[in-house]
Amino acid sequence: MVPYALGAGQVAAGIKSREFSGEEYVCQLLERIEKVEPKINAFVTVSKEAIERARTIDKKIRDGEQAGPLAGVAVSIKDNICTKGIKTTCASRMLESYVPPYDATVVRRLLDAGAILIGKTNLDEFAMGSTTEFSRHGTTRNPWDISRVPGGSSGGSAASVAALECAASLGSDTGGSVRCPASFCSVVGMKPTYGLISRYGLVSYANSLEQVGPVGRTVSDVVSMLNVIAGADENDHTTADGRPAYSLQEGNGPRVGLVREFIEGADSAVAKIIHKAVDTLAGQGCKCEEVSLASVQYALASYYTIATAEASSNLARYDNVRYGFDMSPEGYEWNSYFAKARSNFGDEAKRRIIVGSYVLSSGYYGKYYLKAQQARSLLKRELKTLFKKYDVLIGPTMPILPFKIGEKIDDPLKMYLVDIDTVVANLAGMPAISVPAGFADGLPVGLQVMADEFREQTMLDAAYLFEQAAQVQRIPEL
Amino acid sequence: METKIGLEIHCQLTGTKSKLFCRCSCNYRGKAPNANTCPTCCGLPGTLPLLNQKAVEFAGMISLALGCKIPDEIAFYRKNYFYPDLPKNFQLTQYNAYGITSIGVEGVLEYGDGKSARIRRVQLEEDPGRLVYEGGSIDTSVYVLIDYNRAGVPLVEIVTEPDFVDPKDVRMFLNKITSIIEHLSVCDTKLEGSVRCDANVSVGGGNRVEIKNVSSFADVEKAVRYEITRQKTMTSRDIEVRSETRHWDDARKVTKESRTKEEEQDYRYFPEPDIPAVMLGSEFVSSAEQSMPELPDARKERFVSKYGLLAHVAQVLIDNKELADFFESAIKLYPSPKEIANWLVTDLMSFVDERQKEQERSLFAGLKVGPEHIADLARLVDQDAINRATAKQILGQIVRTGEMPSHVAKKTQAGKIDDIGALAEAVDSVFRAEQAAVQDARRNPNAANFLLGRVMQATKGRANPKVALEMIQKKLKED
Repeated sequence: MVPYALGAGQVAAGIKSREFSGEEYVCQLLERIEKVEPKINAFVTVSKEAIERARTIDKKIRDGEQAGPLAGVAVSIKDNICTKGIKTTCASRMLESYVPPYDATVVRRLLDAGAILIGKTNLDEFAMGSTTEFSRHGTTRNPWDISRVPGGSSGGSAASVAALECAASLGSDTGGSVRCPASFCSVVGMKPTYGLISRYGLVSYANSLEQVGPVGRTVSDVVSMLNVIAGADENDHTTADGRPAYSLQEGNGPRVGLVREFIEGADSAVAKIIHKAVDTLAGQGCKCEEVSLASVQYALASYYTIATAEASSNLARYDNVRYGFDMSPEGYEWNSYFAKARSNFGDEAKRRIIVGSYVLSSGYYGKYYLKAQQARSLLKRELKTLFKKYDVLIGPTMPILPFKIGEKIDDPLKMYLVDIDTVVANLAGMPAISVPAGFADGLPVGLQVMADEFREQTMLDAAYLFEQAAQVQRIPEL
Repeated sequence: METKIGLEIHCQLTGTKSKLFCRCSCNYRGKAPNANTCPTCCGLPGTLPLLNQKAVEFAGMISLALGCKIPDEIAFYRKNYFYPDLPKNFQLTQYNAYGITSIGVEGVLEYGDGKSARIRRVQLEEDPGRLVYEGGSIDTSVYVLIDYNRAGVPLVEIVTEPDFVDPKDVRMFLNKITSIIEHLSVCDTKLEGSVRCDANVSVGGGNRVEIKNVSSFADVEKAVRYEITRQKTMTSRDIEVRSETRHWDDARKVTKESRTKEEEQDYRYFPEPDIPAVMLGSEFVSSAEQSMPELPDARKERFVSKYGLLAHVAQVLIDNKELADFFESAIKLYPSPKEIANWLVTDLMSFVDERQKEQERSLFAGLKVGPEHIADLARLVDQDAINRATAKQILGQIVRTGEMPSHVAKKTQAGKIDDIGALAEAVDSVFRAEQAAVQDARRNPNAANFLLGRVMQATKGRANPKVALEMIQKKLKED
């Protein structure tokens, strides 16, 4: 295999053994990016310093210094994760020229582990969307069918990994934003337990729901990334103690619950693949049963209430006073300046700010926000009960196949409905991963595996077991 | 007409050193604009608040000192509104609703002579940045500069129930509050803007008017007094008092309508997701209690019982921590508490420059005396080295010069004349000049006091009266 198609572990091994140099590898990747980007549009920014950085890694290796577990591995970063000195736009006009003065903790940790930042990837504005269509930088296209969406909001991350433009990527997952595009692009993407990975430097959309999550072509790559970025951070009070290390192992036949509501809500083409996946797991000695998660009926309403409420407040700071875009304050009074500047948000962001402001407004807080929190607790309790009996819960990551670009863009409600299977893990703060399960009509389908809080190892074991048994194709022809 | 006054006091926790949610310094004063900032207090995308535990402890201590209950768990809330001095366009503060409370609630504070006011709540929150109106005020400025150096400094907001009737009580209450926060060492009240007070005033059950922008505690009393008069006048002319926010005009000493109409704000409060609930509980309370220094009330008690001071003298001392500390330093140098307390309370206080005191927020601003001066003065008087009148004159000099009293006494020969030879001369000359009075005194012993007065006059008050009187009586018998 050409170096640029290798996984994270193989790249690091190849560079360390000087089978190929970091510089050669990065040059190959940059060529690849130049070739496929006109079709895919996964990147917002491609890093010019990547070659320089690769040379530094090569020198370290020549000098016999420690180069880190991800030495020379090219990773892309979603453009809502802060990178010092590199524009972080959130695909928004509001931050079109914003250059952070600091690195997000996850970025710092990747760099310390020797990774090379190859570029910043496209997303829905402020991570609000499920298709990467709501971006100031244009739509990212699905590498398996460029007339279709790659999923979102971390569409650029998943597409860049699927299109062999990098070895792995970091996305963020608020309601499924890593798993949805992972499923649509046939790569592996996970959302960890809330508090496992630092959010310091992740531009907030809905703080209580979101986590940074790794994307790779294999479970192995996801584990390599996870081991570098996971664990306590003194800059984020919501991180849990300790720096865990996960291993790549098949485990011993987990008890699997197939969530009935997820499979019943899925398109038949998707359901068929998932049933096949259940058979595959059963063939590996797993005990599989169908289970019900009744409170899933409240999940979407609860998710969109909490997420928009938090978003309306988080996005208030974008007033073009301290940073933003070129707009003179001359002749404006404060409020009219704020209004004028903030009219530059895209439609979806505006929609969520308005809905969020409404649900928090006086007199409605108890009716909406508190109700949504109650539903969230209920859902979490029900899941906790199920996890006493099952090690993992599975279902389709997405209820439908990747759809055509523009197909749902004018119908927000239809768009929100596709998040039904993913929001559950965010509301409960539990880990979930999407693993390629197969293809229907040439389009990818992902299997979602969920586990109880901080049971990442159990979840990864099941995902790896399935991955090894199913052997689903990963690399699209471009 | 019944008057109701309530207060909202903001006190910066300058004793914590760092801001409430980042590691920037609390000491923003005198720094270049926006130099005392970091990505977090500027609200840059991706930053997260890191709670300053020391500030929580300090707020707990203030709550306890004000007799408040402390809940087992506290949370922070976002108060959402757009204003350019708020880097995030929301303020992190606390909230009392849905069964949640701020760090202190339902307190009572006694002040003055047996009065008390209820404390509604004590809450911890962040200070906004500062707007600098170039070219004067909000009305006259052409443009506005924003300085975020202050943004994020920890503030404690103390809200009282509307329990005050008399503006004088407001003043006394504020003195007590100031003394408490100074005793707790949580706030350096000398720093400009470190303590601020808004007042709510309503008269005769009418609408409530909020007075903002009062820069000094001394002016709160004036502002409240003005507002009561204004509202009473309006009511007596059947003009309805509007519910509004008025600003104190420091130059004209009046309250005036705010330029901008304040709309009914909906702050859309909701819990800050980035700060997990802070568990307090009995352990927090007992550790806060243990780390609390002596408070003004206990200190007053000690001054009375240990040093035998009169209650009202002790009260004056503890009303101002600076004065109480001065007192204790002085009695360490010369242990004569009553004498020293009297010098401080009745004499030294008369030299306090009210204007300079407000400006520099120090009782002794512009005065060059320290505890060593007063200790020295008390010793001179106690040991009969100078008389009280001379001592007062000396104090009047040294507050400006800073010289030691004993040095001044020696230099000006202000010491008492108890030398028999020197006194005899003065007594002789008085006897020569006042022959009629001498005759009188021989028949009536009380008239000797007139002669003593003459001797004192002749010696410009420096004669030791005891010795002089003995000499006069002896001389009367001799002749």
